[in-house]
Amino acid sequence: MSLESMLVIAAVLFCIGLYGALARKNFIAVLMSIELMFNGVNLTLVAMGRWVAPYAVQETLSAVLTGQVFAVFIITVAAAEIALGLGIVFAMFRTNESVDLTDAAAMRH
Amino acid sequence: MLTEPLVWAIFLLPVASFLLIGVVVRPLGPSMAKAAGYLTILALGIGFVLSLWLLRSSAHGVVYDFVPHLWLNLAPGASIQMGLLLDPLTNVMLVVVTGVSLMVQIYSMAYMDGDESFARYYAYMSLFSASMIGLVLASNIVQMYAFWELVGLSSYLLIGFWHERPSAAAAAKKAFIITRIGDVGFLLAIIFLFFRADEFAAQGLNALHIPDIWQAAAPLAAGGAGIVAGGALLWLCLGLFAGAAGKSGQFPLHTWLPDAMEGPTPVSALIHAATMVAAGVFLVGRFFPVFSESEGAMMVVALIGAFTAVFAATMGLAANDIKRVMAYSTVSQLGYMMAALGIGAYNAALFHLFTHAFFKALLFLGAGSVNHSAGTFNMMYMGGLRKAMPFTYWLTVIGALSLVGIFPLAGFWSKDEILLEAWLGTGAVPTTVSLLVFLMLLAGVLLTAFYSFRMVHLTFHGEFRGGGEQELHDCEEAGQPAPTGVSHHVHLGESPWFMVGPMVFLGVSAVVAGWIANPIGVKSIFGLIPSHWLTEYFASGLYDGHHAPPFSIAMAVISNVVALAGIGLAVLTYMWPRPFTNNDPLTKGGVVHTLLAQRYYLDHLYEGLIVGRVFYRIVAAITDWVDRNIVDGIVGLVGWISRNIGGLIALAQNGQVQTYPLVAAAGGVVIIVLYLILG
Amino acid sequence: MWFEQVVFWALAVVAIGGAVGVVMVRDLFRAALLLATVFVAVGGFYVMMNAEFLAVVQILIYVGAIAVLFIFGVMLTRDVRQGNTPNRLQIPAALVSVLLLAAMLFTAVTTDWTTLAGLGLESQSQIAQTQAVGIPDASSLAASGLSAQEVESIAGGGLADLLIGEFVLPFEAVSLLLLAAAIGGLALARGRGR
Repeated sequence: MSLESMLVIAAVLFCIGLYGALARKNFIAVLMSIELMFNGVNLTLVAMGRWVAPYAVQETLSAVLTGQVFAVFIITVAAAEIALGLGIVFAMFRTNESVDLTDAAAMRH
Repeated sequence: MLTEPLVWAIFLLPVASFLLIGVVVRPLGPSMAKAAGYLTILALGIGFVLSLWLLRSSAHGVVYDFVPHLWLNLAPGASIQMGLLLDPLTNVMLVVVTGVSLMVQIYSMAYMDGDESFARYYAYMSLFSASMIGLVLASNIVQMYAFWELVGLSSYLLIGFWHERPSAAAAAKKAFIITRIGDVGFLLAIIFLFFRADEFAAQGLNALHIPDIWQAAAPLAAGGAGIVAGGALLWLCLGLFAGAAGKSGQFPLHTWLPDAMEGPTPVSALIHAATMVAAGVFLVGRFFPVFSESEGAMMVVALIGAFTAVFAATMGLAANDIKRVMAYSTVSQLGYMMAALGIGAYNAALFHLFTHAFFKALLFLGAGSVNHSAGTFNMMYMGGLRKAMPFTYWLTVIGALSLVGIFPLAGFWSKDEILLEAWLGTGAVPTTVSLLVFLMLLAGVLLTAFYSFRMVHLTFHGEFRGGGEQELHDCEEAGQPAPTGVSHHVHLGESPWFMVGPMVFLGVSAVVAGWIANPIGVKSIFGLIPSHWLTEYFASGLYDGHHAPPFSIAMAVISNVVALAGIGLAVLTYMWPRPFTNNDPLTKGGVVHTLLAQRYYLDHLYEGLIVGRVFYRIVAAITDWVDRNIVDGIVGLVGWISRNIGGLIALAQNGQVQTYPLVAAAGGVVIIVLYLILG
Repeated sequence: MWFEQVVFWALAVVAIGGAVGVVMVRDLFRAALLLATVFVAVGGFYVMMNAEFLAVVQILIYVGAIAVLFIFGVMLTRDVRQGNTPNRLQIPAALVSVLLLAAMLFTAVTTDWTTLAGLGLESQSQIAQTQAVGIPDASSLAASGLSAQEVESIAGGGLADLLIGEFVLPFEAVSLLLLAAAIGGLALARGRGR
């Protein structure tokens, strides 16, 4: 286990999530993929805080845990996002009888 | 002694009149149109008085040398200036231009009366007068060129004055294009001078200042600068001559002038007889010190001039339109002037220009007067107008006699001097050339006499043949469109005094202008005007003034006999023993007559072959292809690209939520990859 | 150390395999369950990186709340039967993802991470002393040449100190955000007119 291996796993998670977010029709699947991306980012932040930050700070060491603080915030934002996202899913399902993003093209030019 | 502003006023008054008419009078509508005429006449009248004053003071030895005003410094030795070049040539030309112009404007008051574009007519006339005066005054070759083109423009506007007639519009276009062809030569000459500017600068000269150009052409031995010599000088002269030939209707650029008669008759009198067409002669005269340094250029000028003199006269034989006869006569007389310049008889040429302006303007005004009553320009429908319009008749006869050169009318003195110079030779060209020129000009006298009196007989003698009414009737029967200037309005009678008055003035000039201005063979007139006054005055403007030869009775007798022979032939053909009825005896000439009547098929050559075949089929076809395929192709490509870029962008704006982050992610990836590769 | 390696690789396999499953599996319900698995595996990584508090939060919020929400969402929308079908952007999306992955892997592997450490220390010798350190514990912090007070504040403090200390403003902002999101979610889910 090292910084690089953690970064690699985080990158893989992020990219799988990116692919899913871009290439899936189902709104819920897209939201799930976005959660994967969040997790990739969180992993990176924590790994950086674990391995790099202690050597990178100069005067205060509060930054040592900054990565984790950020992860907390991201988790919070993700929770909010899911709350809203699912709200939108339901609203969309009510109007469209479908959660297919391809059909939700009312904003077209 | 005039101050500089007063001289400029000669030019600026017609400019002011043009602007006033264009901006103030014309918008006021037809009720105020007469004011346009009075304005123009006032401006030109003051200009005429100032010009006379200028000539008088100059003749009394006042030398005007105003410093030119710098406009633009192009390069060392090439500055465009606005200046006044007041040498004898300019002074005399000013009097001719303002004088004839004034007469024509007065005449036009009656002739153009009732025309719906009366104010526009006078605006153009003012513009023309201003440009012509500007051309004459110019001391800088670029300044001169600007006015040269303005003169061409006003000529175009006036030929096409009745632009609703297709023939007038076509004639205007033709005149403009053909004179442009010559003007290219003029422009090339200016460009040539511009490229030699540093050599001028090295000697402290200005390549665009006309007196400096004279000096540049003079060889070092003669105290000149010797900058332009040899072949370059020849080409410079030929370029200038091309411009002159275009304006003065010299062969082979003469075809526009007869067509230019589509304009109102006073326009023809002023522009296409007396002044503008003389601009070509003026140009060669203006650069005479340059031309005289190149024997080759002088020979070209002399031979083309002499050839044109005969060539145009032959076409005048077969023309039936009275104004066309005049037009060919003008071309022919301009040929005389060119030939005289070419053989080195500078002052004789300009003397002839001076007298010609009066009698040719008179003849044109006479033609206009005839048209005013007969309603046509076609001589085949005239005849017998002598009794109805006695003033016009006698004035036209005076003009014709002056044109033919009968003693002691104005035309005699100048034409005789040209012939004498050609016979004696001036040393500017080889004797054989000047003798050849002499023979051609003498033949021209015979032809001139014949067609002039053919015109007089067809118009004024015999029985009246119906005028415009009859012509319209015939045209209708033949199913042809009626030519310009034909109307039902036939009322045989003398024209109003507004028309006859100027004609009387010009008629008196046509009688006396020759021997009053240039008394030959006597010591002086009333002790006021010394012998050879005008020619000596012209000569004083040159470095090595050529002096006119003494009057030769033998030459006068020869030219008069030849002229009288021509008149006699005309009388025999058209009057006596059998008066002219309906068939022109000349048509018996068969092929020759056809050739002449068809103007040697030169118009067919130019329009049919050069314009039609070569230009339309080849040049126009190529440009058309380029236009359609390449120019339009590029335009179309731009349109196609824009349209498809639009489609491409619309593709991105497809409302699919996921496309947007995809594009954003792709952009991010591109930036990252680029950073990794380049950074 | 071998145990750590084994656990790490096991978690890695679970996380990545689960992630692939989330994206690829046709049945959305199963995808949601796989997502929960991924969350658990990531929580495992947090534990391994000495971020125990975060691991607990991860399990509580992600597995306990978000994954459950997803399952509810999947079950409440009848589209489930259609499953998790790809759209037309499959190929460009894959391309972009793979390129981005390549770039990130390249960066992660080739970057000389220890050079970053040099910025924060007074001399190269101290880098050598703190080379093998994980999460700052007292001994390694002492060796890093920091003052005693700083060492204590780091070793004694935790996330909580930072959250309600230095980061209190963002903390409150996020709580506001959460409130807004909760109200917004309610409003959306409730729909018009009801």
